[in-house]
Amino acid sequence: MSNPDKKALRAAKKAEKARIKEEKYYLASQWQLMARKLGKHQLARLSLVILGFLYIVALFGDFLAPYNLTEYDANSKDLPPTAIHFMYEGEYIGPYVFKSEWGTLKMSVAEMSKAKKEAEARGETFSTRQIITDETTPLKLHWFVHGSSYKILGLFESDLHLFGIEGGKIFLFGSDNLGRDLFSRIILGSQVSLTIPFAGTLISFVLGLLIGSVSGYFGGTVDNVIQRIIEVLNSLPSLPLWMALSAAIPAGIPPVQMYLLITVILSLIGWTGLARVVRGKFMSLKNEDYVLAARLAGVSDMKIIMKHMVPGFMSYLIVSLTLGIPSMIIGETSMSFLGLGIQAPATSWGVLLKEAQNVTNIVSHPWCLIPLFFVVLTVLAFNFLGDGMRDAADPYK
Amino acid sequence: MGSYIWKRVLTFIPILLIMSLVIFFIIQLPPGDYLTSYVAGLKAEGQIVDESEMDSLKERYGLDQPWFVQYFKWMWGILTRFDFGYSFDYEKPVWPVIAEVLPMTIVVSIATMLFNYLFGIPIGIYSAVHQYSVGDYCFTLVGFLGMAVPNFLFAILLMYGTYIWTGTAFIGLYSNEILLGLQQGTLQWYDLLLRGDFWGRMAIPIIVIGTSGTCGTLRSMRAQMLDELGRNYVLCARAKGVSERRIIYKYCLRAALNPTVSGLSGVLSHIFNGSTISAIVMNLQLVGPRLYSALKAQDMYLAGTILLVMGFLIVLGTLLSDIMLAWLDPRIRFSGRRAE
Repeated sequence: MSNPDKKALRAAKKAEKARIKEEKYYLASQWQLMARKLGKHQLARLSLVILGFLYIVALFGDFLAPYNLTEYDANSKDLPPTAIHFMYEGEYIGPYVFKSEWGTLKMSVAEMSKAKKEAEARGETFSTRQIITDETTPLKLHWFVHGSSYKILGLFESDLHLFGIEGGKIFLFGSDNLGRDLFSRIILGSQVSLTIPFAGTLISFVLGLLIGSVSGYFGGTVDNVIQRIIEVLNSLPSLPLWMALSAAIPAGIPPVQMYLLITVILSLIGWTGLARVVRGKFMSLKNEDYVLAARLAGVSDMKIIMKHMVPGFMSYLIVSLTLGIPSMIIGETSMSFLGLGIQAPATSWGVLLKEAQNVTNIVSHPWCLIPLFFVVLTVLAFNFLGDGMRDAADPYK
Repeated sequence: MGSYIWKRVLTFIPILLIMSLVIFFIIQLPPGDYLTSYVAGLKAEGQIVDESEMDSLKERYGLDQPWFVQYFKWMWGILTRFDFGYSFDYEKPVWPVIAEVLPMTIVVSIATMLFNYLFGIPIGIYSAVHQYSVGDYCFTLVGFLGMAVPNFLFAILLMYGTYIWTGTAFIGLYSNEILLGLQQGTLQWYDLLLRGDFWGRMAIPIIVIGTSGTCGTLRSMRAQMLDELGRNYVLCARAKGVSERRIIYKYCLRAALNPTVSGLSGVLSHIFNGSTISAIVMNLQLVGPRLYSALKAQDMYLAGTILLVMGFLIVLGTLLSDIMLAWLDPRIRFSGRRAE
């Protein structure tokens, strides 16, 4: 075969590929088109990656967290984040930490008075109880260590943790005032903080879809009553209402029940926005010819709603759901922060932020603000994702 | 216009009634009631309880009867005697307890609303007109961040900041001097409105409460403006040689303001959300902390009345926004319906 032939063949192949690609584009379903557009949205893609990472961490939280929720150490109260070193005496020995905990300084009276004077000169008060770091023995970081036992995905018993050290403790994000590891608590808290909005959204989704479609499809008195109820719920500020509802949760109920109740409380108000969207779409769709055709063909009301109308605005629903998640995250965090939401022994990011309630605590232990970073990151990611999805769902953009 | 307003006012009466029912149902949900646990507590401490007074209180509010009977008694008291019930925690009627903090709550809310619109609308317009400019990107970033940071965290950060810069954390709505004046009765809340030092101190709560709402207004204003700027009538006006200024302010802005104005009640409820939790964190003398303590102590009439007042103010906001919309948009005025 001569050279020009090859060239022509290559060009033909290229054209064929382009044609297939174009054909795919025209044959793509609405969902595929949305996914394609979403993939082009840089921020939304980044948000998706971040959220995926956070949810995977939450899923395998017990394995990734070096400690569980109840492990504490009286000698490790309010420790700053543990520094991780690699070089020891000029030699690379892999990641290691020094043991560091509260202890009493051993010193003579003369030394003590000297230290006291120095401290007063700096405007501090001297105490013999200090954080003592033992820099003589490096404690190596081990991978896959055995620690407290837990159940993988709630099914299999295991006591394997991703990392840990022996003969001391490691606090990547510092420790709290009971000597518990903040890093572990943030990971385990994310299991609550990240799933409550999802479960709540699911409940609001069902409620909103059901009530909104009934209101929009039937119209008349039913519609009027439902609209008044929505107006009332919308006229009440959500946070005070959530507070009032969660004040009704009896103290001392098991964590699982408490979790479910808070989810239900959050979703009780979230459905109204969705119901409005659904109703509006129903109002505009029910006079379309294809709905009339279905009705004339004797299709039942329920089937018309579920098979013919809902798919027509599903994308809008998903967008409005995604945009509703951040407010639920903030709602849960705020309530737990006030002590009206999740309560010990269970934990969430809001519970962890309780430590940041007074300023002196923040000044002396700034690491108690770390959960704040995760709250803001998650809310931002959901906002960007929702924004990207809204653009993707809009066929005119 | 007059009949339109009248019709609107009439529709709010049933809403207020349903709202009061919902609120009462919620606040009586916790098992037990304040009086029973209070009396039990006193008896456990070995104190003498004035049974006749307790009985008369129980009788008056029907505390031993089903909740809807209690509701009717409560409503009856409000409608006939302007009696919102009795605060067991403060040991006096509910209204004076709320009246101490209500005016300032309304002042803070209105000031926050002004902050919201004075910053949200112009910046939103700027962002839309200069889309994809450096300024637009900056404001977009600020807008998203402001929406993502919960109010109470913002409050904590500002308290932390004031502590770092000035040495004392920002706590409370009033300075010591004003607080003393208020306690001694030499100052009234309305005297404060003319004082510069009061407003200087007020800036922090307003920023804390208003930022997320302002960012929301900014985003929606930008989106609406962009929508309007892409319409055909703008093209037509440009082709006819109408000045850009006139197009933006006379045509687009008027149309783009519609959702912002109809969102007024949403902004107000946003402000109440924010002010409740920020007031608890920053110890501001507003209704938020009273609601919080009332809910914790099962002081149901106080909690219920605070919720009712908040709901009433939001409904009032809706009414106002409807009237403003009718003034702004002739389509609504004539058809009597809100544009969806």
